[in-house]
Amino acid sequence: MNTLIFRTVAPYLSALMMLFSVFVLLRGHNEPGGGFIGGLIAVSAFAIYGIACGVSAVRRAMKYHPISIAASGLILAVLSVLPSIFYRQPAMTSQWLELPFLGTVVDLSTPLFFDIGVYLVVVGAISSIALSLEERAD
Amino acid sequence: MPLFGVEATFWALLGPFVAAALSPILAKTLKHNASWLLAIIPALAFLQFLSFVPGIAAGQTYRASLEWVPTFNVNFSIYLDGLSVVFALLISGIGTLITLYSGGYLKGHQNLGQFLSYLFLFMGAMLGVVLADNIITLFVYWELTSITSFLLIGFDHLRRASRRAAVQALVVTGGGGLALMAGLILAGYQGGSFEMSELLNSGDILRESPYYTAIFILVILGAFTKSAQFPFHFWLPNAMEAPTPVSAYLHSATMVKAGVYLLMRMQPALGGTELWMTVLPIFGGITLLIGTILGIRQTDLKLVLAYTTVASLGLLVMLTGTSDPIAIQGAVIYLFAHSLFKGSLFMVVGTVDHEAGTRDLNRVGGLFSLMPITGIAAVLAALSMAGLPPLIGFVAKEVLYDGTWHVMNGGLWTGFALLGNAMMFALAATVAIKPFFGSKVKTPKVAHEGSILLYAGSITLAVLGVVTGGFIVSVGHQILSPMTSAVLGAPFDEELHLFPTYLSPALYLSMATVALGIIIFMYLDKLRLIVAEILRTIGWGPDKGFDQVVEGIVRFAGTLSNTIQTGSMVRYMRATFVVIALVLYVPMILTGNWPKLEGFGSLYVYEWFIAAIAAIGVYAVVTARYRVTAIVLLGIQGFAVALIFLLFGAPDLSFTQFMVETLSVVILALVMTRLNLKPTDARSSRAKLFDLSLAVLCGAGISMLLMSIVQLPFDPTISEFFTQYSRTIAHGRNIVNVILVDFRGFDTIGEIAVVMVTGLAVLALIRVRPKSEGNSKSENNR
Repeated sequence: MNTLIFRTVAPYLSALMMLFSVFVLLRGHNEPGGGFIGGLIAVSAFAIYGIACGVSAVRRAMKYHPISIAASGLILAVLSVLPSIFYRQPAMTSQWLELPFLGTVVDLSTPLFFDIGVYLVVVGAISSIALSLEERAD
Repeated sequence: MPLFGVEATFWALLGPFVAAALSPILAKTLKHNASWLLAIIPALAFLQFLSFVPGIAAGQTYRASLEWVPTFNVNFSIYLDGLSVVFALLISGIGTLITLYSGGYLKGHQNLGQFLSYLFLFMGAMLGVVLADNIITLFVYWELTSITSFLLIGFDHLRRASRRAAVQALVVTGGGGLALMAGLILAGYQGGSFEMSELLNSGDILRESPYYTAIFILVILGAFTKSAQFPFHFWLPNAMEAPTPVSAYLHSATMVKAGVYLLMRMQPALGGTELWMTVLPIFGGITLLIGTILGIRQTDLKLVLAYTTVASLGLLVMLTGTSDPIAIQGAVIYLFAHSLFKGSLFMVVGTVDHEAGTRDLNRVGGLFSLMPITGIAAVLAALSMAGLPPLIGFVAKEVLYDGTWHVMNGGLWTGFALLGNAMMFALAATVAIKPFFGSKVKTPKVAHEGSILLYAGSITLAVLGVVTGGFIVSVGHQILSPMTSAVLGAPFDEELHLFPTYLSPALYLSMATVALGIIIFMYLDKLRLIVAEILRTIGWGPDKGFDQVVEGIVRFAGTLSNTIQTGSMVRYMRATFVVIALVLYVPMILTGNWPKLEGFGSLYVYEWFIAAIAAIGVYAVVTARYRVTAIVLLGIQGFAVALIFLLFGAPDLSFTQFMVETLSVVILALVMTRLNLKPTDARSSRAKLFDLSLAVLCGAGISMLLMSIVQLPFDPTISEFFTQYSRTIAHGRNIVNVILVDFRGFDTIGEIAVVMVTGLAVLALIRVRPKSEGNSKSENNR
């Protein structure tokens, strides 16, 4: 499986997939996509990279331990639930901030951060499983 | 919140927790001197509680409340009456002294800050218990005392005995706490209020409730475990593993009295029934005798005190259980006196241990000239414990004899009290005389008086025993009678006297106690041998019983998991799928709701095409020779399903299905390479046939379930709601995503938490190396 072609292409392929995963994550609110799917795509990207170039390369590329990434995602998701409390609304009521940006309007919202949290949890937890399985398989 | 008045009590409740947060920081910079600064906080709380005394003596009660969870009748409310204020005064007052003492006792200890922190946490919890009006608030604080006492007993956590004692205390008091919670909630519903102050004024509601017996049993389970009543008394002496400041505070003056507090608190609502007046005095009386007898057995000064504490708690429960005004007055005075003298004696013993290096009765002696202040404290406190005039212990004993005599004209309770008090007299004499008088004994360390931090507490409490004895008339009027009134639920104010004004039966009983006590003291060494011999013959006690129960539970759990978890994956899978088949078919068979088999003819060509792909996938999986091939081929199934989702307008689902399918093939393949599996299937053909029919059964069952769901009339309310509001409320056009992150976002939090924990768990499992390679191999080959 580990052919030269695959090894050469894999980094580019995974980079593209990472980009795509972020795209899917961000567009999720209006088009098919979202944090969960995005996260799965990103994990697949890491898996491909790992099969081609080895686990240690993936770990270097991820920079942080996958479980830390998952944990920060969970924290981000939980934090995104809280802001409404300060407006005396029930927790999780979504808050929207419309920012004009280069001639268009960017909607920032707490559900967005929530979704990013979901993305990070999925990426972290599943790639942690895949990586540690792969590591011992070497 | 205001700084004065009733509301300011909330600050007094908060204070210890603030102190707990400050302790580690202050202890780092100021070392043991931090306790001077920290003691200010409980001292201020003490003054706050003191300010209520005149009002309460005049018959007033105070209440303040903050809303907590109003939907469930849970408020953060406090109630100050004669009972709670005396307890609050003892907790904050003795707490101040203990804070100082801790500084001296643990001087130079590297974890002093942590220790003080735990101590303050406990103080805050204990204040909460006695001040709480709402019974849920009470319960929360009650459990907090169990947890903080666990931390304190296990402070010296490197020693095995400490850890065992801490766990034991937590299990016993925590278990009782659960019973108490049930009892309190039941009482709350039966009494129609969750506020203690209202329950107390509700007359006979609880006593006449059909659940009275249940409430009674649950509440006394809570009280008996906390206050170390027989047969739960064993945890208290074991808790002496804690540093002595803890014993002096928790295990004499405060925590163990929480059970007595609860009984006294509930007395107006639950007391006075035959059940109450039988069970409480009997168990209290037994505890009193067992405590003193086991106390005689000990040579460790601290353990002697611990067992006499058990005995005193028994005495208090016995007296409270009579529901008689005079006996309860006796209990109240005794409780007050006991907190003073026992707190003082524990500190004395701690100081002796600290300075002389031992607290064994036979290895100390003649310390008085070396440690005069501690010696004076010991003598005064012991005199009070022995019940000799002119100390408050004497008044307590007079009144309690008066009470027991009054209840039954001498009967059983007086007998219990007389025997117990006589033995307590002997033990008090031992604790004061043995270490401080007689010939000098060479101690491990050369003893000398400790720092002021070490003797301030014991001498203050000991002197207070004299002062309160001297001013018993006003102390009685201001503090003790209001407390008795609160326990009785009716006004009570009888003049107290230091010296009896007439020759009452109580005085004769007192004399008999002293006489008997002196005899016991003289023959103490012989008695000790006899008790030891008897205990050795019995050879079993609740302490051992506790170990046996714990061991039994562990063994049972081991057997159970060995039976269920054989380690054979095939068996697990079969069990799982058998259960799935049962769940699928049993309802259909019972209700007869089989799905109608119709609508299969009208499939489009491409739908047949996808079905064909799935069928080919199944065939390929079943006939695959190697496991890895089978896994990859299984992916075909998944992609076929994803295509179906796509065709029926669920792009999100389809998308996810594709990704999940890909990743599961990757991960499964990785798992396969890690396991030492035979590449081919090694099952016998019989086993294969069984598995095959099970698989077909489950598959057909799921299909039928789905078909019957589809054949149900469709209720569009929810989907219409989402379609309508997805854009307007949640600013999103992708309803699936909006549901995930907004409408049902709370579910998602739960799910990602599960994903996170699963990730952690898998990581941990992967890192575990099998204990013996051969064993795991043979399992995996199946």
